[in-house]
Amino acid sequence: MAEQKAPQKWGLVVDLDRCTGCNACIAACSMENNIPFVGEDEVAYGRGLYWLYNKREWRGEYPEIKPAFEPVMCQQCGNAPCEPVCPVFASVHSEEEQINLAVYNRCVGTRYCANNCPYHARQFNYFDYELPEPMNSYLNPDVTVRRRGVMEKCTFCVQRIVRGRQKAAAEGREVEDGEIQPACVQACPAGALVFGDVSNPESKASQMARNQRRYQLLEELSTLPRVTYLKGGGRYGG
Amino acid sequence: MAAETNLLQAVKPAEHAEEDPREHLMFDPRPREEMNRMVMEAMTTTTRRYWIWLIALGLGVAVLLFGAWGNMILTGIGVAGVRRPIFWGVFIVTFVFWIGISHAGTFVSAILRVFKAEFRRPFTRAAELMTTFGLAAGALYPLIHLGRVWVFYWMIPYPNARWLWPNFRSPLVWDFLAITTYLLSSTIYLYLPLVPDLAMARDRTKGWRHTIYKLLALGWRGTEAEWYRLRKAINIFAFAIIPVMFSVHTIVSWDFAVGMVAGWHSTIFGPYFIVGAILSGVAAVVTILFVLRNTMKHFDYFIRVEHFDALGKLLLVFSMAWAYFFFNEYLLSWYGGDAAVKQVLTLHATGPAAWVWYTMLICNVAIPWLTLWNKTIRRTPWAMFIITLLINVGMYAERYTIIPLTLGHQRSPFDWGVYNPQWTEISIALGTLCLFMFLYLAASRLIPLVPVWEVQEGQMAHTLRKVGKAEVPSVTELEE
Repeated sequence: MAEQKAPQKWGLVVDLDRCTGCNACIAACSMENNIPFVGEDEVAYGRGLYWLYNKREWRGEYPEIKPAFEPVMCQQCGNAPCEPVCPVFASVHSEEEQINLAVYNRCVGTRYCANNCPYHARQFNYFDYELPEPMNSYLNPDVTVRRRGVMEKCTFCVQRIVRGRQKAAAEGREVEDGEIQPACVQACPAGALVFGDVSNPESKASQMARNQRRYQLLEELSTLPRVTYLKGGGRYGG
Repeated sequence: MAAETNLLQAVKPAEHAEEDPREHLMFDPRPREEMNRMVMEAMTTTTRRYWIWLIALGLGVAVLLFGAWGNMILTGIGVAGVRRPIFWGVFIVTFVFWIGISHAGTFVSAILRVFKAEFRRPFTRAAELMTTFGLAAGALYPLIHLGRVWVFYWMIPYPNARWLWPNFRSPLVWDFLAITTYLLSSTIYLYLPLVPDLAMARDRTKGWRHTIYKLLALGWRGTEAEWYRLRKAINIFAFAIIPVMFSVHTIVSWDFAVGMVAGWHSTIFGPYFIVGAILSGVAAVVTILFVLRNTMKHFDYFIRVEHFDALGKLLLVFSMAWAYFFFNEYLLSWYGGDAAVKQVLTLHATGPAAWVWYTMLICNVAIPWLTLWNKTIRRTPWAMFIITLLINVGMYAERYTIIPLTLGHQRSPFDWGVYNPQWTEISIALGTLCLFMFLYLAASRLIPLVPVWEVQEGQMAHTLRKVGKAEVPSVTELEE
């Protein structure tokens, strides 16, 4: 066996100064991860399935108001509240990618993980959602299609991470910085999302995260999120 | 001086007249055979009204519970009202409610037995039955609320080819183990004191009843050795089941307290839930005793106003204890200074569903405190019936406040949400109420609901002795 390497810690940096709130990340995520469309009524009731949603807030006093956006996805906590509460190990930490995995086939649907997630990043399949005829051809063969009664959430497009790593291993090299991109990062036209190995101080994500504007969501809960936000609305644009 | 003595003499006989010891079941003995016959008659008498109720409740179980649940299994949890961020709704509320109800059966029976409270004797079995059937109704909910109930056994530690075990760090697994332990031990605790009564019934019946009782009585003959072992076993169980009882509801509270949800993450939850469970459970015992007294033959002899009086005092104490813990939850949160917890607790009282919070306080604190101090009210069965029903409404509101209303207002205001119970949830909740009543109604005609031997034993120990002109109640110590 080859010598055990320190695992790569995948992380995401979200520059809120660059985010325009276009929601392209949400659309790309839905396409990549076979996220079903639940229909108008269900969305209106608050059951729209989004692995990534855009928190919108209005700043200022009317009429001088400006929208501010904060895309929230699973924060891939290093100390994740969703993991210990699952009775069947359907929410587990991956050693190799250092992210939280959702094991759809193991989930029995207690929904405890979703209650315990302070970011409300986890979604539930309330029904079986059928795709109409031509739409079912777009399904991504690398991602499990979930049935009713299971939880699901953002995985940092783990299928892309695995494929990138395998490709690099086949070519006998290390994974290059920026080679692996989740769908949301790839789709972001403004370059607000940067993905990379945050355990490597030279990666673009690490460099960006060393910023005065840096913050993490609900840091005081000690969940150790892997997603770093750069505060927006300051004097440097936004 | 002389006037005072006169006053005392004037008051004393009046008090005595009010407290005639023969009002107590223990000082109002009847011959053994007559009492046996009374219990047998109560068990075998069925009226038309009884059958109508039994059939109606059976239909309720079939349609409201299994019909709605079956429909939900086929279509998905979506037919319930849960939505992000409120992933637990009426199902978990009703689950905690039933587990709470199931508490007082054992509490009334085991704790009062250990402390030799004599008034327990005629209704220990009625209370223990409530435990067993309350658990039967409550234990369905961990299954009902699952997204994929057909793989529920993954939560059970069973040997399998993949060497996969449940996650013992999850409170839901603790829950499963605690409830199973409690169900098993409380069923045994129900069965042990039942054996002599089953033997009594065996000797007085023919036909199918005889066959069943013969099997269940385990060949009980009533020898000294049998009584000795039975007493020993009951004693062991009465003591051992008390910690089990305390652990069960503490573990149910850990389902919430272990989570990091603001408003749940509190160390006070263990005792708070236990006190709430005992409050709702003792209230349910009173409700059931009222129904039994009014519907079953000869039960006005066994269940008397003294029992309503004694349980009413217990209820008042537990209502005060509950209020203390409720206040403590606010006090500690205020002292802790977590803004999110403060927000949640404020929204309970001022948010869109504040009426639930006020219902809880009115039913759990205002009504018991304003009524139960009064002896006349405590000794009026129908008033106690109404009060105890209201206490259980209040306890349901408490669980509703703790679960969906807390989940709806967490740390990120963008994700706040409201939750509306849907017909499926209401139907299943009513369905388990039907299940409980159906099982109780069926059992009331299948097993002796009064522990006859315990009542007889108590009556033998209690005598009225004549000392001069006065009759003095005296009690003989029976067990050690």
